[in-house]
Amino acid sequence: MSRYILKRLLGMIPVLLGITIISFALIHLAPGKPTTLDQALNPKVSPEIRLKMVKLYGLDKPLPAQYIDWVKRLCALDLGRSFGDNRPVLDKILERIPLTLAINISSLIFVFLVAIPVGIKASLKPGRGFDNFTTFLGFILFAMPTFWLALLLMQFLCINLGWLPISGIKSLDYEYFTLPHKAWDLVWHLILPVFVSSLGSLAVISRYMRSSMMEALSQPYIYTARAKGLPESKVVYKHALRNAGLPIVTIIGLSIPGLLGGSVIFESLFALPGLGRLFYEAVMMRDYPLIMAEVVLGAVLTMLGNLIADISYAYVDPRIRYK
Amino acid sequence: MRKNPYLISGIIIIGILSLAAIFAPLISHYDPSSIDSRSLLSPPSSSHWLGTDSLGRDLFSRMIWGARISLTIGIIAVGIATFLGLFLGALAGFYGRFIDTLIMRFCDIMLCFPTFFLILAVVAVLEPSIFNIMIIIGLTSWMGPARLVRGEILSLKEREFIQAETAIGCSDLRIIVRHLIPNAAGPVLVNATLGIAGAILLESGLSFLGLGVQPPIPSWGNILIESKSTLGIAWWITVFPGLAILVTILGFNFIAEGLKKVIG
Repeated sequence: MSRYILKRLLGMIPVLLGITIISFALIHLAPGKPTTLDQALNPKVSPEIRLKMVKLYGLDKPLPAQYIDWVKRLCALDLGRSFGDNRPVLDKILERIPLTLAINISSLIFVFLVAIPVGIKASLKPGRGFDNFTTFLGFILFAMPTFWLALLLMQFLCINLGWLPISGIKSLDYEYFTLPHKAWDLVWHLILPVFVSSLGSLAVISRYMRSSMMEALSQPYIYTARAKGLPESKVVYKHALRNAGLPIVTIIGLSIPGLLGGSVIFESLFALPGLGRLFYEAVMMRDYPLIMAEVVLGAVLTMLGNLIADISYAYVDPRIRYK
Repeated sequence: MRKNPYLISGIIIIGILSLAAIFAPLISHYDPSSIDSRSLLSPPSSSHWLGTDSLGRDLFSRMIWGARISLTIGIIAVGIATFLGLFLGALAGFYGRFIDTLIMRFCDIMLCFPTFFLILAVVAVLEPSIFNIMIIIGLTSWMGPARLVRGEILSLKEREFIQAETAIGCSDLRIIVRHLIPNAAGPVLVNATLGIAGAILLESGLSFLGLGVQPPIPSWGNILIESKSTLGIAWWITVFPGLAILVTILGFNFIAEGLKKVIG
C-alpha cells in the first residue's frame, strides 16, 4: 500500500510540471503586463521606474528562465510577493482560507445530512410518490442556474421580507457586538450563501445515494437477511447501507479539493472575500505570483483528493487491492 | 417512443425554443436593442409581454434573441468538444501504448486545472466575443468525451467483428471511422446532450461575470447581470431570463435521460 501511495505521489510531479508550464505560458501570453496596469492607474510612474520594476520582478528575462526561477523559488516554498500590494502571496491566500473553508464545510455537511436520508428513503419505494417527487425536484435543481436562484432568494428573503442580510459577512456595527453576538452575526450572513451553494450537489448526491442503495438492495445477501427474519431496519441500515455507502466515500474524497475552491460567481454576488474572488482579481490584475500560487494549490488539492478517494476506497472495501 | 416521456418532453421543449431562436426576427415585434425612454422598467403588459428593462428595451424580444445566442453557443461549443474528444479518444484507445499515455496524461493535466481558471485565463488572452466563448468552452471541455470514447473503443477493439476487420486487412482509418466510432456513438450522444446544457450554464455564468457575451448583444446571462441593479424594483428582469435557462437545461437533460433509455 505504501509503495502504491509513493508511486502515485511521484506520478503527480510530471502532471504538476505540465500544469504550471501551461499556466505560466497562458498568463504571460495574455495582453497587458502588470507594470503597464500600474502605470495606467498612476500617471506619475515614469518609464525609468517602470524599467526598474520590470527588473525587480525579473520580467525582462526570457520566459523559460522566468519559469525556472519560479520553480526554484517554489521548491524553497517561497511563493513570492503579490504584484498588487507587495505582500507575501502566502499571507494573502491564508487570510482568505477560513471563510471559504467555513462556507464549503458547512455546505458539505448540509448536503450529506439532507441528501443521504433522501436518497435512502427514495430507494426503498422506487417509482412511488416520494421517489417521483424527489426525482422531479432533482431534475429542477440540477438544471437551475444557482446564481439565478441566489438573486431570487436575495430579492425575496432579503429585500421583500428582510429576514437575512443581502451581502457581506459582517453587519455595519459589528465592532460593537459582544462575542456571541459576533458569531451569530457571521452565521446570519452565511446562511444564504451556504444554502445556495449546496443545492447543486444536493441533487447529484441524493441521486447517487438512491441508485447505489437500489443496487445494494437487489443483491442476494439482502434476500438472505430478510429470509432469516431480520427486522427491515437492520436489513436496510446495516446490510444495504454499509455496501451502498462505498461510492459516497469516494465522493467525500473527491470533494476535498472543492473545499478550498471558492466560487467566483457566489463570492462576487454575495460580496464575500473568499479565495474565488482573490483568484479572479489576480487574473484580472495580471498578478503573476498570486495566479501561479493558486493554480498550484488547486492542482495539488485535486490530485491529493483523487488519491485520498482511491485509498479510502480500498480501506472501506477489502476486495480492492492496489499494487 | 411512446413509453419515453423524458425524450418526448425534452424534444418538445428544445423544439419550441429552437423555432423561437430561428424565427427570432419574425416573432419579436421590437428591436432587442432599441431604447424607449417613455417606458422604462414597465411591468409585463399587453404591449410588452415580459416588461421592459431599465433602458426601456422590450424584455421578450431580448430573450428571444438571447435564445439564439445561448443555443448557438451551447451547440457549437459542444460540437468542438465532442469532435476533439472523438479524435483524441479514438487515437488513444485504438493505438494504445505511447500515444495513449501521452493523450491521457494531457487529459489528466487539463482535468487538474481549476475549470474557471482556464476559462478566465483564456478570456484574458482572447477578447470575450460570442465566437471566442464557443471556442473557449469547446477547448476546455473535451476531456469527458475523450475518456468516454477511449473506454468504449478499448472494449470494442477486443470484439470479434473488429478483429475480423483487421484480419481482412481494413485500414486503421476505416476501422475507426466506419466501425468503432458508430458503435461508440450512443454514450457520446448522451454526453453531448448533457454537455450542451453545461455549456449554456457556463456561458450564462461567464456573461454574469461580464466575461461572456458583451452588451448590447443580449444573452440570457448578461440580461441577468443587468437585473442585479434593479433587484427589488423589477422582478420580471430577474425571473424570466433565469426561467429560460432553467427550462432549456431541463429540456436538454430530459433528452439525455430519454436517450439513455433508448440506448439501453
